[in-house]
Amino acid sequence: MVDDHLLSIVLIAPAAFAVVLLPIPRRWRKVHRVLTIIASSLMFAFSLRLWTAFDADEPGFQLAERLPWIPQLGISYHIAVDGISILLVLLTTLLLPVVVLAAWRLNIEHIKSLHISLLLLTTGMIGTFVAVDLFLFYVVWEITLIPMYFIIGVWGGPRRIYAAVKFFIFTMVGSVLMLVAVLYLAWFHHLQTGAWSYDYTELLTTAPLLPVTGGLLAPGLLVFAAFGLAFAIKVPVFPFHTWLPDAHVEAPTTGSVILAGVLLKMGAYGFLRFNRGLLPAAWEACVPLLTALAVVGIIYGALVAMVQADVKKLVAYSSVSHMGFVMLGLAAGGQAATQGAILQMVNHGLSTGGLFLLVGMLYQRRHTRMIADFGGLAHEMPVFTGVFLIVTLSSIGLPGLNGFVGEFLILAGSWSRAPVAVALAGLGIILGAVYMLWTVQRVFWGPLANEANRLLPDLTVRELFVMLPLLVLIVWIGVHPGTFLSPTEAAVRLLLGR
Amino acid sequence: MLDALWLIPALCLAGACANLVLGTLRAPKAIVAVVGVGSVGAATAVAWATLWAYAGQPLAVVVRPYFTWISAGDITVNASLQLDPLSAVMTAFVTVVGLLIHVYSVGYMHGEGNAAFARYFAYLNLFMFAMLLLVLGSNLAVLFIGWEGVGLCSYLLIGYYYRQLWCAQAGMKAFIVNRIGDLGFLLAIFATLAAFGSLEFETVFPAAAADPASFGPEATVIALLLFVGAVGKSAQIPLYVWLPDAMAGPTPVSALIHAATMVTAGVYMVVRANVLFRLSPTAMLTVAVVGGVTAIFAATIGLVQNDIKKVLAYSTVSQLGYMFLATGVGAWVAAIFHVVTHAFFKACLFLGSGSVIHACGGEQDMRRMGGLRIHMPTTYWTFLAATLSIAGIPIFAGFFSKDEILTRTWAAGASDLNGFGDAYRVLWALAVAAALLTAFYMFRALFTTFHGSFRGPEEVAHHLHESPRSMTLPLVLLGVLSVVGGFVGLPGQLLHLEGLNLIERFLKPVVIPLAEVGGHAAEAAHGAHGIGLATEWLLVLVSVGAAAAGVLLARRFYLGAGAFLLPRRLAERLPLLHRMLLNKYWVDELYALLVIRPLRAAAGFCWRVVDELAIDTLLVNGTAFGVELGADLARYTTTGNIRNYALMVLAAAVGIAALLW
Repeated sequence: MVDDHLLSIVLIAPAAFAVVLLPIPRRWRKVHRVLTIIASSLMFAFSLRLWTAFDADEPGFQLAERLPWIPQLGISYHIAVDGISILLVLLTTLLLPVVVLAAWRLNIEHIKSLHISLLLLTTGMIGTFVAVDLFLFYVVWEITLIPMYFIIGVWGGPRRIYAAVKFFIFTMVGSVLMLVAVLYLAWFHHLQTGAWSYDYTELLTTAPLLPVTGGLLAPGLLVFAAFGLAFAIKVPVFPFHTWLPDAHVEAPTTGSVILAGVLLKMGAYGFLRFNRGLLPAAWEACVPLLTALAVVGIIYGALVAMVQADVKKLVAYSSVSHMGFVMLGLAAGGQAATQGAILQMVNHGLSTGGLFLLVGMLYQRRHTRMIADFGGLAHEMPVFTGVFLIVTLSSIGLPGLNGFVGEFLILAGSWSRAPVAVALAGLGIILGAVYMLWTVQRVFWGPLANEANRLLPDLTVRELFVMLPLLVLIVWIGVHPGTFLSPTEAAVRLLLGR
Repeated sequence: MLDALWLIPALCLAGACANLVLGTLRAPKAIVAVVGVGSVGAATAVAWATLWAYAGQPLAVVVRPYFTWISAGDITVNASLQLDPLSAVMTAFVTVVGLLIHVYSVGYMHGEGNAAFARYFAYLNLFMFAMLLLVLGSNLAVLFIGWEGVGLCSYLLIGYYYRQLWCAQAGMKAFIVNRIGDLGFLLAIFATLAAFGSLEFETVFPAAAADPASFGPEATVIALLLFVGAVGKSAQIPLYVWLPDAMAGPTPVSALIHAATMVTAGVYMVVRANVLFRLSPTAMLTVAVVGGVTAIFAATIGLVQNDIKKVLAYSTVSQLGYMFLATGVGAWVAAIFHVVTHAFFKACLFLGSGSVIHACGGEQDMRRMGGLRIHMPTTYWTFLAATLSIAGIPIFAGFFSKDEILTRTWAAGASDLNGFGDAYRVLWALAVAAALLTAFYMFRALFTTFHGSFRGPEEVAHHLHESPRSMTLPLVLLGVLSVVGGFVGLPGQLLHLEGLNLIERFLKPVVIPLAEVGGHAAEAAHGAHGIGLATEWLLVLVSVGAAAAGVLLARRFYLGAGAFLLPRRLAERLPLLHRMLLNKYWVDELYALLVIRPLRAAAGFCWRVVDELAIDTLLVNGTAFGVELGADLARYTTTGNIRNYALMVLAAAVGIAALLW
């Protein structure tokens, strides 16, 4: 029984638990915290069941569940995982208890509503990765918008309303066009086969037939552009990225971690699953553009990150640079580069998520994120410094830690196809070391520059437990990436082979 | 015993982890010292037992694959180690020098707090792990893990005194400059994967050697990219600027990482990839020119430095230049030979300088030293032995390796190697000049530090003392090695005794013979020197003469009654030259002007102009403003006045009627 509906349980459980929280009075904050941390940890543990039930040798969708929803229009509740989505589902369920624990001491009135938003968001995010029906995909894609809008707009910084509205409208612009493209694909399927369908597995037979020749207005290219814009905004690809720094700076730590850790991956995942999977001919035509934008994003993001005064904004721009690597891998399109890009999505979730958590801990102590307010913290907070250094090294791709493996596969896999792009992206690696080490230098080394930082408490046991899962995975993926690469192999081969 | 290969690096890693934990517990220094020295000692014991077993059997390449590290698509990278003559030689001296410096550090660092002491040994053990991984890795990727690992440890140890901003900055500079080189290395890895489908030494190099004709162009690209990496790590022009600053680290670190082992990794890597370099005359010439020019360039800066560690740092850059010159003329064995002898005498010199600095209460300026040989006889005699060695005085270790390099460079010129004979002849002349300068600046350092009378403050003069046993013991051992270490590479051919050169015989298999290519004389530099015996003896005389001239000049300048007068007058006579050397040719300032400032300007432009103004203000918020404006205008149509609506209905009706009609 449980095994038959494994995926549905993982998908629905967070939302269902949000309903359970509803009747509990909001003043019982401790109860909310304890219940949510227990529940989210159980959800993660349960999602590991997915991992064991998953068959890595099976390239297609697995653990599928399918129920008719609006059968007249060919819309169904069809969910499944394959090697491409399973890692992202697990990343999502892992980050949930991490951010709940990270927000433990957050002294806010509405911890209950924050938890409920977070849980609904989780269902939306998992849904995005497991939806096979494109209509369902659109619905869960939009569902993620609303809780995130509240998380930024209610619990954010001083310019939270501006940031929240900006985030909402940016995403909305993309996703409305995506809806049109989805409807068009279903209509085209009807045209070809006589039956309406929104099912990815069925659209795979018709969508590639969309003509891509005949100028820029060819249907195949238009559909590609509509999907592409929605995903490019989410990733974000240069020049659609300016919502990100605002959203990150204003969002509370919880929001930033989820935003960097999971929401950005929805864009890259969409590119791979839909643009690459459904429209291979249009993809081939757009590879030069995607490669160019990826490389520009890598260097541009790194340059802008370098001159930021606010650590959080710096990490936000570094995300633009890092997601550029993911896009480069996807654009290169070989087996190794694509697997590397998927792994790099997870890596970015761990390292950038980790950096946001650490910046949040610093902010809680000092209520500032300005680099100039720090200096010489290493002596006051040695353990914190050590953890920050490890996450930094993971972020700049030190061999032996996770970031290197992803970058290595992406760049090595892209070399034969685009050596110039690889060399330019390599400049991004150098700049990455520059801005991250310069930050470490200005925050942690040197004499204690500011008396207010004297005797800042070091990492607490709770905070150590927040970071521990990330640190373990950073080393694990760095030393033995096979655990996380082998599940993606068959699925990527199938998707690229079509 | 060969199956314990993995234990050699693993023991060091275990020591590093243990010391990190001990550091957070603030464990007593005695425990940390036992763990730190013990782990490296155990690794050394295992290493030498392994080497003993290895040397006892017919020489072969032993590859031990442990697990698949990265595998996706057609890329497979194994985590595997390799023992062959080259890695054996490297492991042998890295473990010994490393162990001695660990022992020395116990004495040198005793003044640190418990946590800082443990942190030091954790980093130092981690360095040994990475360095051993670097020399034992069986493919370019594992080599690269070690390569970046030693870079990380270098960063951490240069910035060990992190509360002093300049130390932390020096660490950051080292990491970033190295990263520039590392990009070259990384691209070389990608190019190798693309050309050969593998990164394993035992797959790539034989394949290239068997078919030089078809791999020629790729070999040039890969070799040059690899050399970019080597230029970064081994501090050659134009990426040498980090090494002098790296002296901010504790002195034993300078000895181990920035003299004896890590900085020679670039030489090791080039020798390892010698097949690819030999396929490319361009790459060979590039390596030789960069090495030769660096050798003399750094030596000239070393002439005028007053910080004893800075003298040694520029001397290291210069000596590394010799090693690359050797590889560039195809003298692979001579390059490794010089790596080994340099490790002995330069580690000895650095540890000696550390002993001096220790005695003078942290003073590093030679102008405030002098006459120390009376107070510190052990330090003096070992320093003298190492100085004679680096200066190239016969029977000392450095003489044999340096002379071999000079002879082979001459031979490359004489045999017109790859048609670049003139270039190699010029490089030989530069190398001989650099040998003279080396002897001069080293004896300058020796005389000003140990001879004459003490010039420092009174209170320091009272405390001058010889260092503790844990520091002098490594000094004595390294001093002895600086004297006798050269006997592994005796130039037998001078006496018609071919078997005398042990290291040459041992390392011969590393230089795989190339298959014949039509008319391609890449092998000319390999094997016999190809010059007459009389010429060889003459070359020995020239190099000894240069060294002797340097020593005598230094004696005239810095010893006796007229000490320091002559150099001062010379500096006054040639102020521009003096200032140029003192300011290290203003290279750091040049980089700030040409690289750092434009980069920051570009970054500022991207942020303020492109991001904030063009994209966010004009495009994004401009669109929002446009929508708002349009909505405001459209609102005027919604007046709430019934007559306006009636007018609009009428106008619309007329319009439709007109259209239809």
